[in-house]
Amino acid sequence: MLDIGLGHYLTVGAVLFTLGVFGLFLNRKNVIIILMSVELMLLAININMVAFSAFLQDLTGQVFTMFILTVAAAEAAIGLAIVVVFFRNRGTIATEEINQMKG
Amino acid sequence: MMPDLFPALPEFFLVCAALVLLMVGVFRRGETADVVGVWATLALGMTALLVLAGDGERVTTFGGMFVTDRFAVFMKILVLTAAAMTLVMSLAWMRQERLGRFEFSVLILFAVLGMLMMISANDLMALYLGLELQSLSLYVVAASHRDSSRSTEAGLKYFVLGALASGLLLFGSSFVYGFTGQTGFDRIAEILKGVEGTSLGATVGVVFILAGLAFKVSAVPFHMWTPDVYEGAPTPVTAFFAVAPKMAALALLVRVLTGPFAAMIGQWQQVVVALAVGSMVLGAFAAINQTNIKRLMAYSSIGHVGYVLIGLAVGTATGVRGILVYLALYLAMNLGVFAVILSMRHKGRLAEEITDLSGLSKTHPLVAAALAALMFSMAGIPPLAGFFGKFYVFIAAVEAQMYVLAVIGVLSSVVGAFYYLRIVKIMYFDEPVEVLDPPPGRSITLVLTASSVVVLFFFLYPPPLLLQAEAAAASLFPG
Repeated sequence: MLDIGLGHYLTVGAVLFTLGVFGLFLNRKNVIIILMSVELMLLAININMVAFSAFLQDLTGQVFTMFILTVAAAEAAIGLAIVVVFFRNRGTIATEEINQMKG
Repeated sequence: MMPDLFPALPEFFLVCAALVLLMVGVFRRGETADVVGVWATLALGMTALLVLAGDGERVTTFGGMFVTDRFAVFMKILVLTAAAMTLVMSLAWMRQERLGRFEFSVLILFAVLGMLMMISANDLMALYLGLELQSLSLYVVAASHRDSSRSTEAGLKYFVLGALASGLLLFGSSFVYGFTGQTGFDRIAEILKGVEGTSLGATVGVVFILAGLAFKVSAVPFHMWTPDVYEGAPTPVTAFFAVAPKMAALALLVRVLTGPFAAMIGQWQQVVVALAVGSMVLGAFAAINQTNIKRLMAYSSIGHVGYVLIGLAVGTATGVRGILVYLALYLAMNLGVFAVILSMRHKGRLAEEITDLSGLSKTHPLVAAALAALMFSMAGIPPLAGFFGKFYVFIAAVEAQMYVLAVIGVLSSVVGAFYYLRIVKIMYFDEPVEVLDPPPGRSITLVLTASSVVVLFFFLYPPPLLLQAEAAAASLFPG
């Protein structure tokens, strides 16, 4: 039977984090998917933190996770609010339409 | 056990003031934007007095998560000055544009609170919370002109890339925590000092943290949001973005790299050098073709961050002194330039193109003279203030025998001089197209006058700033 160790958790965290980053850059659909990718990144970091915390027998990492969860909720609320005002002005939230200023 | 609250007194005062003003704005009848704005400015001034009231000795509190020292005092004063000045100027502007809302001033206060916490952070958790308090307020402020599609687009872009930056920073923090078992800066520094050779996990962590903070200071290659956000956001917000958040993020970068990760200078130094060279070169070349003055200022600020990062790449007290002098003078120059940009309008309509300044010397000779002085200073021409900023940073690089970095810095500031001088040429040698309206308020004229005086006459008596900067830098390098 394979023992699940720190390395496995870190691999899961790294894979999820990478998925989040790629979701942010490669998605061609709409802004909601970007918000989901941001959440995915933050959750991947939480997995990392909790794994380290359990491995080190130290509670600091779990406290950190609580803060990250709280801030992530605030961040999602603000992100959605900005998406709503953007939608009111432009009538769309497709990523291709966010191009009024050349980047 | 109750933590010692006294070192964080300015922050406590600011958070109470922000909450009270929020309530005033909500419950007071009638037009509240001006009242709240004036009181918010006073609150920033009072906070600055409280910051100065401390004796400047290094004190930590909240279990070592919060630190005040001379460096923190110096940077907090810069941030508070920047915020108060831009707030004063924006009130006049907002009144004229009929955009006045009390939430703007309250959000600025919360953002400044986040910045003060960043400057005093002595723990990865404190760092993250301060940074997020600042960023979340700024996302909303960028989109604050909610009927303008450009402002909301700026807010959206800033939010997405800012969230990515926070993610990178946190990912790095998790690795640093995992491989040192600590989040406090002092303990991390001790542990990393004892590590033989290089620890791979800590290196990954430092690089990710560095990338996240490079986003916040808009260093190349993490700068792509800057021009769009500067162009799209309402002009007073751009003026604010160009100074206060940049100072706070640079202070954080300096504290993190010279504090907990001082022992890993071999790993981060080359990254900072790459960021500095990229920012200086891109800031100089990409600005040449710009026609919108806010976009031009975005590239200009990217270039200035590059020069500041030279001082950080050196990694010595001399380098940090250069950074502090540079930031103080950058603050003076930028406030002046934005005072002019805020007063650019034709017959009540906003004007943002550089060509709108043509013939300014004939229509508004004093404003043109002040802006010309500011532009020469930005380009780094002696004896104006901007020259001294660059001088002390380059001196640090030469002392540390990083000649290549200093040479690239001098060359790119020569290229950068082109577009600053182009503005002077447009003002003095082009025919006026339309006459600009007079500035919208006395406060904007006052800020412009003050900053031109600093820029013109700094060379007569530099010691006060130099001594303060030196003491502040020394407090980061004990022993």
